[in-house]
Amino acid sequence: MLEMKVPTVGESITEVTVSQWMVEEGDLVEMDDVLCELESDKATFELVAEQAGKVHLMAAEGDDVAVGAVICTIDTSVEVAAGDKAETKLPEAAKKAPQEEQKEPVVKTAPPSEPTSHAAGHPSPAAAKMMQEHQLSPQQIKGTGKGGRITKQDVLEALNAGVAPQQIIAGSRQFSRVERREKMSRLRRTIANHLLKAKNQTAMLTTFNEVDMSAILAIRKQYKETFREKHGVNLGFMSFFTRACCVALQENPAVNAIIDGEEVIYHEFCDISIAVSTPRGLVVPVIRNAESLSMAQLEAAVKELAVKGRDNQLSLEEMEGGTFTISNGGVFGSLMSTPILNAPQSAILGMHKIEERPIAVNGQVVIKPMMYVALSYDHQVIDGKESVTFLVRVKELLEDPAGLLLGADPVEMLLEL
Amino acid sequence: MSSFDVVVIGSGPGGYIAAIRCAQLGMKTALIEKYDSLGGTCLNVGCIPSKALLDSSEHFHHARHNFETHGIELTDLKLNFKQMMQRKTEVVEQSSGGVSFLMKKNKIEVFHGLGSFVDAHTVQVKPAKGKAQQLQAKHVIIATGSKPSALPFIEQDKKRIITSTEALSLSEVPKHLILIGGGVVGLELGSVYARLGAKVSVVEYMDSIISNMDRELGRELTKVLKKEGIEFFTRHEVTGAAVKGKTVTVNAKDKAGKAVSFKGDYCLVAVGRNPYTQGLMLDKAGISVDEKGKIPVNEKLQTGVDHIYAIGDVVRGPMLAHKAEEEGVVVAETIAGQQPHINYLLIPGVVYTWPEVAAVGHTEEQLKEQGIAFKKGKFPFRASGRARASMDLDGFIKVLAAKDTDEILGVHMIGPRAADMIAEAVTAMEYRATAEDIARMSHAHPTYSEAMKEACLAATGNRALNF
Repeated sequence: MLEMKVPTVGESITEVTVSQWMVEEGDLVEMDDVLCELESDKATFELVAEQAGKVHLMAAEGDDVAVGAVICTIDTSVEVAAGDKAETKLPEAAKKAPQEEQKEPVVKTAPPSEPTSHAAGHPSPAAAKMMQEHQLSPQQIKGTGKGGRITKQDVLEALNAGVAPQQIIAGSRQFSRVERREKMSRLRRTIANHLLKAKNQTAMLTTFNEVDMSAILAIRKQYKETFREKHGVNLGFMSFFTRACCVALQENPAVNAIIDGEEVIYHEFCDISIAVSTPRGLVVPVIRNAESLSMAQLEAAVKELAVKGRDNQLSLEEMEGGTFTISNGGVFGSLMSTPILNAPQSAILGMHKIEERPIAVNGQVVIKPMMYVALSYDHQVIDGKESVTFLVRVKELLEDPAGLLLGADPVEMLLEL
Repeated sequence: MSSFDVVVIGSGPGGYIAAIRCAQLGMKTALIEKYDSLGGTCLNVGCIPSKALLDSSEHFHHARHNFETHGIELTDLKLNFKQMMQRKTEVVEQSSGGVSFLMKKNKIEVFHGLGSFVDAHTVQVKPAKGKAQQLQAKHVIIATGSKPSALPFIEQDKKRIITSTEALSLSEVPKHLILIGGGVVGLELGSVYARLGAKVSVVEYMDSIISNMDRELGRELTKVLKKEGIEFFTRHEVTGAAVKGKTVTVNAKDKAGKAVSFKGDYCLVAVGRNPYTQGLMLDKAGISVDEKGKIPVNEKLQTGVDHIYAIGDVVRGPMLAHKAEEEGVVVAETIAGQQPHINYLLIPGVVYTWPEVAAVGHTEEQLKEQGIAFKKGKFPFRASGRARASMDLDGFIKVLAAKDTDEILGVHMIGPRAADMIAEAVTAMEYRATAEDIARMSHAHPTYSEAMKEACLAATGNRALNF
């Protein structure tokens, strides 16, 4: 009998969630067959069978299991003949059930408040009729009967409480009051804790400025094709912003610092976290030593991280650390926002959408492609002077990108001082 | 032409219950019945008269065999078969009269005559005498039931070679009744006549009687009925039957293929029932029947024509009065826009022999076949104080529960009042109770129903207290 344990996946990871079983109880598996998908705070990974045999599952989908805990056993005394695998002795009915559950993880993970039993959510005959007529599913009703069974009274109370049908019948009212309960994914819970901590444990405030994007747009327009041919990536905005931030960070080290107890850690490097929206939620992979990268290298790094994020391929290492974050709400059309810190970092830059606006230039109203930029920062480490100086510097570098080409101090760089 | 919200064709337990529920829900309802008396097979030539005769014959049986043990001595014990039949007729008349009363009470208009479709919304009623009339129907419920099946190679003269219908109205107790078919109907009627003194021989094609029920029930029932003098010839294939004077000869092949013959004065053919849709003119409504003669319906019991429903013996599922009743209610409520549902697995099956046989849910064979792991708890009535007092020591209750969850998956009982006691199992299973749930509920002492608790204790963890 082989015990399959939850492997160590990262230094800070002590617990993972079983997001999906790929095998069923009693299945025969071969070595290296994928047993299940586990979800950690930051990434999803698969657990494969170390040996062939018959599987006995010891955790359900949605369960949180500690690293090192036994998640299933493999009876290696059972011989798995080729072609034997798919054919197990499970009854049809038993086979079907878990598959359905996979389709609707909501069913599985909705935590009933009563101790669960095989009959949790099972309605009495009268309750079942009433539920059918009001198009209610067992998940929408709190079963107060023995073992979580749904009584007629439970349905009545749910209806009184305004629980609404799950699906709208054709021809009935075309508005809905559907609410859905889903267990937060581990990633979502991590994000939630993280953000709340950032909000509660920092003295956060935001400073704003606006950037005339004419110069950058002109460069992009002029060099778009050439850049892509030369480097194989598109010239986007992120390279400009990242580079501008790196310059400004090196000039304002507090913005690139982190509080650690009673000490402040200053960084001579710029590890820039890029907020990436993925199907699983927001992740912030890191571009290391961004200050050392060329425009093309930055674009390539951003693209790689975005693709990996979209495909759930980001590793834990790629998401750990970071000294400063750039978040681009502009891609979704945000005009202005106050980004929230990516703790334990002390500052975050929010990019927004570019909008043509009339502005005054030399006493004349002209129309310019403008972007509001926001810097949220922790006042504990960063003074107003530094934050504003930082943001103004970013603005200047973007409006006159020539400064970007050289970096903080051309002489120092030249002499490698 | 009178028009109705609902026209129900057939006044059996499915039809008349459907009509009452429709009326309760405010629909203008008509009920069509071909025969003079209401109630269909069940009330007239099925459940009710057979139970009347079963009860009467049981009294006689007790008087003859058991009274002495109880300390009751009788001289001149005599069977008045005519009176027995008379009482049965009265029971039937009272029941049928009760249905008529219910129709009046619920303001359901009853039409006597043969109902048939003119088109999908028009039903004609043709009385035996007099003019046909047409009824306009928004909805139609077909509840025309079933008739006893015949064997193609046996001609039933309905005098010596009879069906259950005639068996309920014989003028004498057979000397030797040959029963073709060891199913519910045959065994109940066979029991009646065996108790009244007839020699009864059961010729059954399958290897067991009541073969669609859990095997252990058939085995136990065979054992008990043998004690009453009924003879069983299983795995016998009947090949023919002929009447000569007062003698019926039934020819069969035994399990070895050897020809055997049985001679008796009556032969009851009880090989099942066929759905009955004759004369309905279903085609005019756009409905056809399947190869078994049943009307195909969806889960709401709707035929291919949306506003026409069919229930009971004419549709799929077991031919049971209580199944038809449930379906009648479901259809009435469906027409009213409600959404009721039937759990067919939990429709109990009952045989009114003595001891009675009753079951609900999965049989042991089904669970094995489906590969479902289960536990089994069995309690014999000979360990029940109540059963000892009443001298009903045969039989047992068997509870099958899921190995992992302990949920009750099937209950199979043979014993005193099993038909009544199965209700507890149905209730438990509707609520997906575990064997331990029932084991932890107080059952009055001394009762037969304690056996259910004990069987559940046995299923929970082999901890029956009185066995």
